[in-house]
Amino acid sequence: MSKVVIRTKGLTKRYNGVVAVDKLNLTIHRGEIFGLLGPNGSGKTTTILMLLGLTEPTAGEVRVLNLDPARQPLSVKARVGYLPDQIGFYDELTARENLSYTAKLNGLSRKEADERIEAALTRVGLHEVADRPVGTFSRGMKQRLGVADVLIKRPEIIIMDEPTQGLDPEGAHAFLQNILELKEEGITILLASHLLHQVQAVCDRVGLFNRGRMAVSGTVAELAKKILDSGYRIYLEVEGPADKMIPALKAVSGVSKVQRAGKNRYELVARSDLRAEAAAAAVKAGGKLYGLSVEVPSLDDIYTHYFEEVEHGRAS
Amino acid sequence: MAAQAKQDAIPRAREGSPWTGLWAVVLKEMADHLTSTRMRILEILILLTAVGAVYAAMLNIRSTIGRDPFLFLKLFTTSREPLPAFVGFLVFLVPLIAIALGFDAINGEFSRRTMSRLLAQPIYRDALLMGKFLAGFFTLALVFTAIWLLIIGMGIIGLGLPPGGEEVARLLIFLVATIFYGGFWLALAMLFSVRFRQAATAALASLATWLFFTVFWSMLVGLIAQTLRPVRIGLPQEIIAQTELQIALSRLSPNTLYTEILLALLNPALRSMGLVLPIQWEGAILGSPLPLSQSVLLIWPQLTGLIAVTILLFALAYVLFQRQEIRA
Repeated sequence: MSKVVIRTKGLTKRYNGVVAVDKLNLTIHRGEIFGLLGPNGSGKTTTILMLLGLTEPTAGEVRVLNLDPARQPLSVKARVGYLPDQIGFYDELTARENLSYTAKLNGLSRKEADERIEAALTRVGLHEVADRPVGTFSRGMKQRLGVADVLIKRPEIIIMDEPTQGLDPEGAHAFLQNILELKEEGITILLASHLLHQVQAVCDRVGLFNRGRMAVSGTVAELAKKILDSGYRIYLEVEGPADKMIPALKAVSGVSKVQRAGKNRYELVARSDLRAEAAAAAVKAGGKLYGLSVEVPSLDDIYTHYFEEVEHGRAS
Repeated sequence: MAAQAKQDAIPRAREGSPWTGLWAVVLKEMADHLTSTRMRILEILILLTAVGAVYAAMLNIRSTIGRDPFLFLKLFTTSREPLPAFVGFLVFLVPLIAIALGFDAINGEFSRRTMSRLLAQPIYRDALLMGKFLAGFFTLALVFTAIWLLIIGMGIIGLGLPPGGEEVARLLIFLVATIFYGGFWLALAMLFSVRFRQAATAALASLATWLFFTVFWSMLVGLIAQTLRPVRIGLPQEIIAQTELQIALSRLSPNTLYTEILLALLNPALRSMGLVLPIQWEGAILGSPLPLSQSVLLIWPQLTGLIAVTILLFALAYVLFQRQEIRA
């Protein structure tokens, strides 16, 4: 059983009567990448600020590494790195000077700081430009410097708020690669974003956030099951009598729907990847199998479907 | 179970010292202040005024060398047309420098988007605000002390005399008062920098306050005193009442407090700040200087008042900042 590093119970935050976060229950285990998904203004950033003790919760309980961020913010902030959205640096200082300030605020000795700064800059590939003022950096370089800045304190948890926003596709890809490397080192990562395909690529588990509530959480496949009720679409190309084929495919357990998608083509909607079972059933019913493919549900589908349902539910 | 026990052990008070990281902030901010173009311009400005005013004063004083026991004090207070005395410059230059140091202290961090990154480090907000205030305060102290030493040096070379013990003591207290006068404006500028998200608004609000006290307050005080304590038939009581109200009101302005401190310190012959009735002159030798202790006694309320207002303004900025939401 993996160790829980972040746990919230009934976490609530109200700003002047407006509920930003509503009775949030969240559990994050050591070493996983958790994606917090939701539209803008759904309470993601507020949740993050409460995890770091930068905002006091109105009600509920937060434990980060078994500490209370509202009462023990120094210990929490010494062990948790935060990469805010649209990260800013002191433009007139160099990259190295900016990191050095962070190191001093973390109470590192000069020698220790120099070593860590050197390592962090090399790691994010900014070593060559370390002594240039940050004002001359591009958006992507600043984002990488942000990662270096977080790494200075050797965090156990890194919280990132919209880290890939504003990066070009190449930059975003490289950034996600960095995130995966951090996970290899055993760092737990909480990622808040609305850029779904990127989140899907790196996250172990995701939580859908809407109007301050965590609607559903789990792995992408679990969410697909819950929200799309049957996540996988399997395509079969079978030569054989359709009237025999359809009942045979329907009989496969776990298949909720069978449709003809053209001559000799069938579309199956299933709860899991049932390619093998479907193929066996088709052959058994006397068909000749020519093609078999599966479409894994994307987070985009889940997300769109979920929020459509929510809107629909509210309208009716 | 172990985790439960640990959770129960969470203390009710905030952990650690609120000043963790204070010196890191102070050093960084001071380095910023001392290298910024803004400060360089102001330093050059104050340096030029100091050299100009003191040089002019020296030309005037030379004729009286040997007759005046407080020659060095005259360096600061003697004016020669068309230049005002150096202290005259100080009354409005000090606020300008202090405001320049403070008006974007907090909102600047927001607009640069460094605030959340900064507060995600293991420090409290206390350290950030206090660190920024102290950095500004130390910068003021550094600049004024340098100018002060420079003027005294110029005096020694130009007049060919070393300053006496009491002169040095008076000048030292004058330096402290000047730094705290700057501290008042620094605290005010920082208060506005917490209150207003736009640095330009904070700067404008600070400058408006400065202009109000420098130009308009003295006019307003006259008007208010005339309205509340009118002189109807010209009785001495009426005139005294009006003047006393006028003095009391004008002392609400930090500029007045500072000017009075300057006058008493740098002009040892000054015996009273307010009205002096003929009856109070009895036994006094006109024009004879007061001892230092008596001069200090004279300005004690002004000095403590100035320091108290500075602390009050800082406390207000502190409360506002603690309650501020961090998300931009």
